[in-house]
Amino acid sequence: MSDWSKAVSAGFKADGTGPTGSRGLQMEESLSFEQDAPGRTGVDLPAPAKVKDRLGGHGRKGDIGLPGLSEPQVVRHFTRLSQKNYAIDAGLYPLGSCTMKHNPRLNEKMARLPGFGDLHPLAPESAVQGALELLDTLAHWLKTLTNMPAVALSPAAGAHGELCGMLCIKAALEAKGEARNRVLVPESAHGTNPATAASIGFTVEAVPAKADGKVDVEAFKAKLGSDVAAIMITNPNTCGLFETEISALADAVHAAGGYLYCDGANFNAIVGRVRPGDLGVDAMHINLHKTFSTPHGGGGPGSGPVVLSKALAPFAPVPFVVHGKDGFRLVETKPASGEGSQAFGRLKVFHGQMGMFVRAVAYMMSHGSDGLAQVAEDAVLNANYILARCKDLMTPAFPGYCMHEALFDDRFLKDTGVTTLDFAKALIDAGYHPMTVYFPLIVHGAMLIEPTETESKDALDAFIATLRALAEKSKVDAQSFADAPKLTPRRRLDETGAARKPILRWRPETVTSQAAD
Amino acid sequence: MRFSKDHEWVKVEGGVATVGITSYAQEQLGDVVFVELPAVGKKVKAGEEAAVVESVKAASEVYAPISGEVTEVNAALGDTPALVNEDAEGKGWFMKIKLADPKEVDALMDAAAYKTYIEGLH
Repeated sequence: MSDWSKAVSAGFKADGTGPTGSRGLQMEESLSFEQDAPGRTGVDLPAPAKVKDRLGGHGRKGDIGLPGLSEPQVVRHFTRLSQKNYAIDAGLYPLGSCTMKHNPRLNEKMARLPGFGDLHPLAPESAVQGALELLDTLAHWLKTLTNMPAVALSPAAGAHGELCGMLCIKAALEAKGEARNRVLVPESAHGTNPATAASIGFTVEAVPAKADGKVDVEAFKAKLGSDVAAIMITNPNTCGLFETEISALADAVHAAGGYLYCDGANFNAIVGRVRPGDLGVDAMHINLHKTFSTPHGGGGPGSGPVVLSKALAPFAPVPFVVHGKDGFRLVETKPASGEGSQAFGRLKVFHGQMGMFVRAVAYMMSHGSDGLAQVAEDAVLNANYILARCKDLMTPAFPGYCMHEALFDDRFLKDTGVTTLDFAKALIDAGYHPMTVYFPLIVHGAMLIEPTETESKDALDAFIATLRALAEKSKVDAQSFADAPKLTPRRRLDETGAARKPILRWRPETVTSQAAD
Repeated sequence: MRFSKDHEWVKVEGGVATVGITSYAQEQLGDVVFVELPAVGKKVKAGEEAAVVESVKAASEVYAPISGEVTEVNAALGDTPALVNEDAEGKGWFMKIKLADPKEVDALMDAAAYKTYIEGLH
């Protein structure tokens, strides 16, 4: 062996990782600050002429502390970081409750049409009639699909939509002169529900779920009274089950003088099949980034329009679109009388997430009403396929069929020494992004899987085969789960250390730069 | 030591109850990363939220197992929440409550009853 090859082989790790820490063509990448070469730069500018000091000696004396990098270094840095990212475009993304589904490219094409993509929110109404018509079209379809008389388009995402709906309820109570301050929320609610209610001054009371994972209508009825403003429920709920008694709950809360808020984050499981307006719902947000396929999870802003019942419609926020004989018009400020005169106010500076509206309308138009119903059917079918194919080896949290997500608990791991977290980490080594774990909280060691309607049977079969192989392996080789993940750029992360002693920014080892006093 | 259904423990000495979460509870939570304690002097009612414990898995309320006034809290948990995992039923105590009604303690489970109770949960 030559001296050279000895020197190099000494730098190799047992698993074949090279001296730089890179594996295959996956590059180990240090922070840009750690790559700093003082004076290196991507541009070649002449030194500035001396200027007269007008800051009275307060100008910066030391370096600004940015790393010196060349242009190709910067390009590679961010390209390499992007390659460590996982996205729906890379593979199955089975997070439950988050609905990571395909973003059709047709939607993207429509959103980039100059008439939509180059809009300015302050453009005169006469120049944006097409955009206003699109808002009106979206509103029409959201109202039609839910059988609700009004919709507020501006909320920026799901929790913002909850805030909008609950502010409508608050405004309606104030208009009636009623000081109701309690909001009842089932234990299985999305965590944002109680947070929303509490943030606008309501007192939140949790109501336990029944053993079958659904709301306990009798327990709710027992807590109803003249001080209850609303019940907030999620349907289908976070256990992936349809709340079959929602109408009884609606009747009860209405009889007690309160309102029913429905978290519509899981509307993708029932769109085209069930109309929440028929169930007695007063307000419900719809996540366009879930049900209507607009990008989600780092890929784009959310959008959470809220549909409202007749009782709440007058309190919807501005702005909204009206259609008159001169075309479409945006009502920007609360009118003194007529439609919008009781609006609770405004939620956003402009009109909502226009780019997402275009994508959602493109999705609705390209699917048609039959296609949207099939979206719900396929989402539910795919989840039930996983449930049915895995239930002999894994333990479903509840008996019977599920809606759009399959929920397992950790009973099948009992006595193996493998935890839900270990199982999720092993799934990464096997080539899959983990499902949602430890949520909902009411299920022990929960694993919530939402395959979505856009996965093919082949893709589901491959995923199911992996789940089954891992479930079998957990009985005989717990150690391999404790060691997982082995094939990722980083091994098991120290979540406890990250939470207890977070290091939130890079700091130089020696202080080389100082700002002026 | 007595135990509540919400997995708090109570140890009474001279009319003052030391309160914490049980070993079973810390095991279920996983590594505790933060504990929010009530203000000294706060009056708490049995069954009402008195503290919050946050772990790598979840944030959970800790309910007062008995009614009374908070006379002392375990300041060590601020810097070392890991005490809850290391010694839940000792050094990882949460608060001391001056009992409003000593009879409430009798309604809680003894060690044997609590053991049976948690065996039935999972």
